[in-house]
Amino acid sequence: MPIYLLKKLVTLPLILLGVSLLVFVALRALPGDPARLMAGPEAPQEAVDAMRVRLGLDDPLPLQYLRFAGAALGGDLGTSIRSGRPVTVEIAERLPKTISLALVAYGIAISVGLSAGMAAAVNRNRWPDQATMLFAIAGASIANFWLALLAMNYFAVELGWLPLMGSGTWKHYIMPAITLAVMPTAVIARMTRASMIEVVGQDYIRTARAKGLPERVVMRKHALRNALVPIVTIIGLNFGSMLGGAVVTESVFNWPGLGRLLVDSVRFRDYPTVQGVTLVAVTAVVMMNFLAEMLIAAINPRIRFD
Amino acid sequence: MTEITATLAPTDSKARRRRRWLSRRRSIFIGGLLVGLVLLAAILAPLLSPADPYEQVLSDALLPPSWDHPFGTDDNGRDLLARVLYGARLSLLEVVVGVGLAVLVGVPLGLAAGTIGGLVDQVIMWTMDVLFAFPGVVLAILIVSILGPGLFNLLIAIAIFSVPVYARLMRNVALGLKSMDYVEAARALGASTPRIMFDHILRNALGPVIVQSTLTAGTVVLSAASLSFLGMGAQPPMPEWGAMMSDGRNYLGVNIYMSLFPGLAIMLTVLGFNILGDGLRDLLDPRS
Repeated sequence: MPIYLLKKLVTLPLILLGVSLLVFVALRALPGDPARLMAGPEAPQEAVDAMRVRLGLDDPLPLQYLRFAGAALGGDLGTSIRSGRPVTVEIAERLPKTISLALVAYGIAISVGLSAGMAAAVNRNRWPDQATMLFAIAGASIANFWLALLAMNYFAVELGWLPLMGSGTWKHYIMPAITLAVMPTAVIARMTRASMIEVVGQDYIRTARAKGLPERVVMRKHALRNALVPIVTIIGLNFGSMLGGAVVTESVFNWPGLGRLLVDSVRFRDYPTVQGVTLVAVTAVVMMNFLAEMLIAAINPRIRFD
Repeated sequence: MTEITATLAPTDSKARRRRRWLSRRRSIFIGGLLVGLVLLAAILAPLLSPADPYEQVLSDALLPPSWDHPFGTDDNGRDLLARVLYGARLSLLEVVVGVGLAVLVGVPLGLAAGTIGGLVDQVIMWTMDVLFAFPGVVLAILIVSILGPGLFNLLIAIAIFSVPVYARLMRNVALGLKSMDYVEAARALGASTPRIMFDHILRNALGPVIVQSTLTAGTVVLSAASLSFLGMGAQPPMPEWGAMMSDGRNYLGVNIYMSLFPGLAIMLTVLGFNILGDGLRDLLDPRS
């Protein structure tokens, strides 16, 4: 493993430590008494006191943090106030729904974004380029819930072609996945175009052409492979904003994933769940970014960051 | 840089240079025009509005566009054009407060990290990396769930997730300039660290910070609208675009205009800031 990746690997736990501290402090900064909140508004004072002891709220804060972090590492994120079930179970139930939606959306974004960006770079300053750039700029400026509402209005309510909300069949995926894909598609298309244009201007492409390789081979084997590094970087870095987009998209389409769980939990003031979902989501983002870096190192061993 | 390559490379004819100059200015022109339109709508809202944005005429609820109500009316019989126009005021307020707070906190942090270095640098950048690990929307939701919903709390949340962008930018600028000859010369002449920070480094950071602010402005408008749409930002009856669409969501198939026009307004505003930001960045950084 290259040195810079090892360095990253060392900072990874440090980042996660900071994230867990922030999430922990956030819960302590809440107005009101967490014990009262957990016990319920009508509970007698003795029950609240018992809850406080049970939650260890009388202990010093560092000890409380250690207990919280230790439990989280062991897969215990506390109990949901709303459902009374373990937060881990709630998350485990919703996670597959979010992952499958994100995978479909990423599939669309990568295939459409890459092809559009390639087409734009090859036909520079002609209509495929202009169309792609127009889409790339507009796509990054659109509120995805706006697209969702328009799609729901026309394709579900008026035409009746697609189910309005919920999940279950493949048809339920179409509108949420496409609305979620628009932003990353725009970003990937733009990055692919820029990266391809830069690579095509390099000497080794001229050499490849000069030795008589067909243009198709030059583009796919020589240009795209080298152009891929910034593209993979942007795809990896975009995972976080994709999750952010999923929060909104899932809420609009009543998609039973993590994003909607988060929004519902805020509404019900279900703080342990808000904490748990946040922790899981951010950990996933940090891991994905690291995976992307490893992938980049695998694609292009020339890269060394110091 | 452009000037040198332009004179050295014979292929860079005068016509080609002019074309590039125009296309660069074109983004600034188009983006500036869109942002200017939003600014104009915000300033002239009372003059352009056919009705009061808060006045409810329940007998006129959910009307489609007409001469009296060019954008139609909402479920409470309020004029949608008036609400979209007044919404421009809220959006620009979001930009000023959201971007302003992020710059005020992020720039000094990055400046300190870059010029002082050592442990200060490490602690600041670690904090920034931690904040940066959060998806913006998720961090904003966490903060709003603590502070409580409301437009101002939301803007604080949005500013917090934008802080790392400015801190990193400022640190990079500071690191790049610290070893420049003129800064070293100033130091050799006995200039104090604060003086170097403000006189030599901060001034040179103005350009990149302005470009970044323009690009962040679009994100701020989009995030504020998204979170208001989810009920965590502006509350009814405020004519905030995201909050208006949250209302519109209940009238799909009945009145799409409640969602259509605020969303169009968001798109034009964000598009304006993004195009303007791209143009300004190209102008300042001729390599890209």
